[in-house]
Amino acid sequence: MKKLILILILAVVPVLCQAAEESEPLDSVYVNLDDKASLQRGARLFVNYCLSCHSAAFMRYRRMGNDLGISEENLRKYMMFAADKPGDLMKVAMPEAEAKKWFGTAPPDLSLIARQRKPDWIYTYLLSFYRDPSTKTGWNNTLFHNVAMPNVLYTLQGVQRLAGHDADGRPQFELEKPGKLKPEEYDKAIQDLTNFLVYLGEPAKLERYKVGGIVLLFLVGFFTLVSFLKKEFWKDIH
Amino acid sequence: MSKLLAWVDERLPLTKVWNEHLAEYYAPKNFNFWYYFGSLALLVLVLQIVTGIFLTMHYKPDADKAFASVAYIMRDVPWGWLMRYLHSVGASMFFVVVYLHMFRGLLYGSHRGPRELVWLLGCVIFVALMAEAFMGYLLPWGNMSYWGAQVIISLFGAIPYVGDSLAEWIRGSFVVTDATLNRFFAFHVIAVPLILAGLVFLHLVALHKVGSNNPDGIEIKKNKDANGIPKDGIPFHPYYSVKDLVGVVGFLIIYLSIVFFAPEFFGFFLEKDNFTPANPLQTPVDIVPLWYFTPFYSILRATTEDLMLFVRGLIVIAVIVAFIRTKGLTGRVVSAVVGVAFLVGTFVFVPKFWGVILMGSSLVALFLLPWLDQSPVKSIRYRGWMYKTALTIFAVSFVTLGYLGMHKPNDFSLFLFKNVIWAQACTMAYALFFILMPLYSVWDKTKSEPERVNFK
Repeated sequence: MKKLILILILAVVPVLCQAAEESEPLDSVYVNLDDKASLQRGARLFVNYCLSCHSAAFMRYRRMGNDLGISEENLRKYMMFAADKPGDLMKVAMPEAEAKKWFGTAPPDLSLIARQRKPDWIYTYLLSFYRDPSTKTGWNNTLFHNVAMPNVLYTLQGVQRLAGHDADGRPQFELEKPGKLKPEEYDKAIQDLTNFLVYLGEPAKLERYKVGGIVLLFLVGFFTLVSFLKKEFWKDIH
Repeated sequence: MSKLLAWVDERLPLTKVWNEHLAEYYAPKNFNFWYYFGSLALLVLVLQIVTGIFLTMHYKPDADKAFASVAYIMRDVPWGWLMRYLHSVGASMFFVVVYLHMFRGLLYGSHRGPRELVWLLGCVIFVALMAEAFMGYLLPWGNMSYWGAQVIISLFGAIPYVGDSLAEWIRGSFVVTDATLNRFFAFHVIAVPLILAGLVFLHLVALHKVGSNNPDGIEIKKNKDANGIPKDGIPFHPYYSVKDLVGVVGFLIIYLSIVFFAPEFFGFFLEKDNFTPANPLQTPVDIVPLWYFTPFYSILRATTEDLMLFVRGLIVIAVIVAFIRTKGLTGRVVSAVVGVAFLVGTFVFVPKFWGVILMGSSLVALFLLPWLDQSPVKSIRYRGWMYKTALTIFAVSFVTLGYLGMHKPNDFSLFLFKNVIWAQACTMAYALFFILMPLYSVWDKTKSEPERVNFK
């Protein structure tokens, strides 16, 4: 019997190991949804740089304001460029047909991007743009070859050139023209943006862990209680 | 209060039902860990229905709105995210619980007489549950929902002559569309749940008629005291109601840990590709069903031209087993004729069709278990090495098939051989567990069963 359970467990182990495997080399990013300041900075970048082409059509400005501690006044002043009411969804003004004409494909909605892709992927992707005169936009990306999206953050990052690959196959970049931010600052900004996109993918995450902690604490206590109850009842069974 | 009860009892057998099924239903006192999963399955069924009702209040079964309505539930509906995760994780937990519940049956011979009907009803419940899960999976209208449904429904197309029309009839169109979504919604929220509820009711009534089995696999009703109460039986209520409560809370701890801390469960319960809306023009790189279907999906994919020789071998072995185990001439003639028909069929129809047949047979085989198993004892405790070995191989094959179903057939996810070779080997092991059972269950050297149950 015990042997059987052991065999079953051993059979399941490789399944779980496999799930952790990685195919592309990605840089890892630290996601911390408790860091409100980082989420706010990420939100700022998002509405300024992403939201002009990409929508986040399942997200409302007000929800973001409430969750991240941004007042309605600031929301209206710094965030809502394409909406009148804080209750509006983060839609994009660019018509899909036009977007297809300009980029060859409509920019995807970003509400759930962090659930389709790993945070590490997003982080690496946003750092992997380089100048490539052979493409239509003049930009290319080592993680997503010939992507239709240009490097919209180049004013911050500066212009990168692909210098080659290291022994592990990771791309090496060279900054040709510096941007407004120093490389460390830019890296930090992209971490903030990634952090925000993770929040955007599941705003409920902010409360999920907290509620879960309370629920489990209660259940563990309750479990002890019912275990004693069971013992008490079963005393007379021999 | 007692007056009110008397008033009700005159009009409705309330006390009678309470006594027959709880307070005076005598269950063996030696239930172990494996006996939690029946009541847990009932719990999950209720949870799925309750959370499902809340989801239905906000979900829109419309190809243009379905995906957005799920996002709306996750973001704008108060506690909607909790209802959704309880439901999506609940679906997977349902299968965890049901698989363990079924395996319990194999361990202790719960499928054996006099519980054949309990087992058969359970098998029908399992099939209904698979249908329920499959159709529910389409509703979020994610890209994996869409393509998963597309692939599975097209399987019906493998049936000769009527296949394509059948698949079209199921979809309500030539491809999966809004029409498919709408009818799957109808089936998922009302048709199948009604059937499930009815079947579960019958499953329990049939169980309470014959009485529960136990880890020793002996009938406690054979040993009754002067009052006609089984000596090894104890009233379900309060003893098992309170014991099952421990199981329920223990289960909730695991279940809710997943709901709150890992609702996607590393992509096993919610897949990454399903966070993209359904797109008929963009096929996901790997179309893979959710984990609970992968054992059967593996069997389907393992049935290639190479396997057909072995399938023929299985048919021949089945006929030989039937010849050994049936005494009468009619039985032998029938099995020979059926065997030859199947053999001819392997040359006439394509392997894809036989994949569907093998996948279906892997479910049908479960229904036949009460008659395939002819051991003089029920519980694994008193069986010999043959059944123990066979059951171990079967369990390992099943889990391995599930594992392989998540990986590409031509990859090397295990050792030495390609996945498809392993899947074929496991498919054979799965089949032989059932086909050879009439022989090894009899040949096995069993120990003698005790008079009374073992209770520490």
